[in-house]
Amino acid sequence: MAGPMKMRATLAGGNTDVRVLMTHPMTTAQMKEGLHHIQNVAVKQNGRTVVEAEISQAVSRNPVFTFRLKGGAKGDRIEVSWLDNKGETNKIETAVA
Amino acid sequence: MKGFFTVVTILVSLPVAAQDAKKEILKYQQMIADGSPVELFELEGEALWKKAQGPHKVSLEKCDLGLGAGVLKGAYARLPRYFKDADRVMDLETRLLHCMTTLQGRSPEDATKRVFGNENQPSEMEYLSAYVAAQSRGMKLAAGTSHPKEKAAYELGKALFFHRTGGWDMSCASCHGEADKRIRMQDLPVLHKREFARPIMATWPAYRVSNSQFKTMQWRINDCYRQMRYPEPNFASDATIALTTFLTVTAAGEPYRGPGTKR
Repeated sequence: MAGPMKMRATLAGGNTDVRVLMTHPMTTAQMKEGLHHIQNVAVKQNGRTVVEAEISQAVSRNPVFTFRLKGGAKGDRIEVSWLDNKGETNKIETAVA
Repeated sequence: MKGFFTVVTILVSLPVAAQDAKKEILKYQQMIADGSPVELFELEGEALWKKAQGPHKVSLEKCDLGLGAGVLKGAYARLPRYFKDADRVMDLETRLLHCMTTLQGRSPEDATKRVFGNENQPSEMEYLSAYVAAQSRGMKLAAGTSHPKEKAAYELGKALFFHRTGGWDMSCASCHGEADKRIRMQDLPVLHKREFARPIMATWPAYRVSNSQFKTMQWRINDCYRQMRYPEPNFASDATIALTTFLTVTAAGEPYRGPGTKR
């Protein structure tokens, strides 16, 4: 089972700042554990996909991402999900504060 | 002429480069302070704190960290301190061990089976330390100083800090006793001085970005002893607790800002 995620979404100067923490080993192909990394990250703002990212084994363990989304309002639903190369997935949702 | 200018440029740019590197490190530290995997360790620690374990099948929620059974807020900032029920000065990890053996009924062997984790599998102690310490954010460090055993622990810690021995005849003060010393790019704080001890003790335990591990204060002291080529001190021994007492009392009054994020 995937470890916890944590997210904070706040309004700053008319934009929405999202900061999200993910628990993931992010091991590379050179390590004895073998290749195991998050490959897709998606951010949704009120159900609409606003960020679609592809990341690689180059990202460190337990990644931290921050996004600045244009506009937004208090109470907007922000959802961040990830999918790794072994098909494991996790997501978290929060309301903009 | 061209050669002359090249030499001058190198001579001038070296100290500037070192300063820039330090500035960059500071910038990096500020960046990781806001949003670090520490919070993930706190979440896992909370789950472990509330998980029924051991022969008694109970959680640690009734554990008394010094402010009463189950009181977490501000408890870490008051450690190490004297505990009457154990008749001993205890730091956070030692107290957690005490609760595991008394409340949960686990054997000391079981509770200390794996106190230091690694990046693939952090230890229970590391998760729990993150969770408990986080409940003291903003509270001033105030380790116990009134009980005779607290005074004795402080004096023992101070003596150990300056005591040179081991294969390399080193003491903690060999590295942490004078200003402006460093190992590679890491500045070494003069830990017997208040102004240096304060920011350090206010940010331990801590997450290490470079190896993706959460480290406890017991580990920090254990690893310093390893680096000095001493025999490994026992986990939760009087010596390691005394050193933590000495350092925390020296840092008294500093608002706790941890668990920190280190390079």
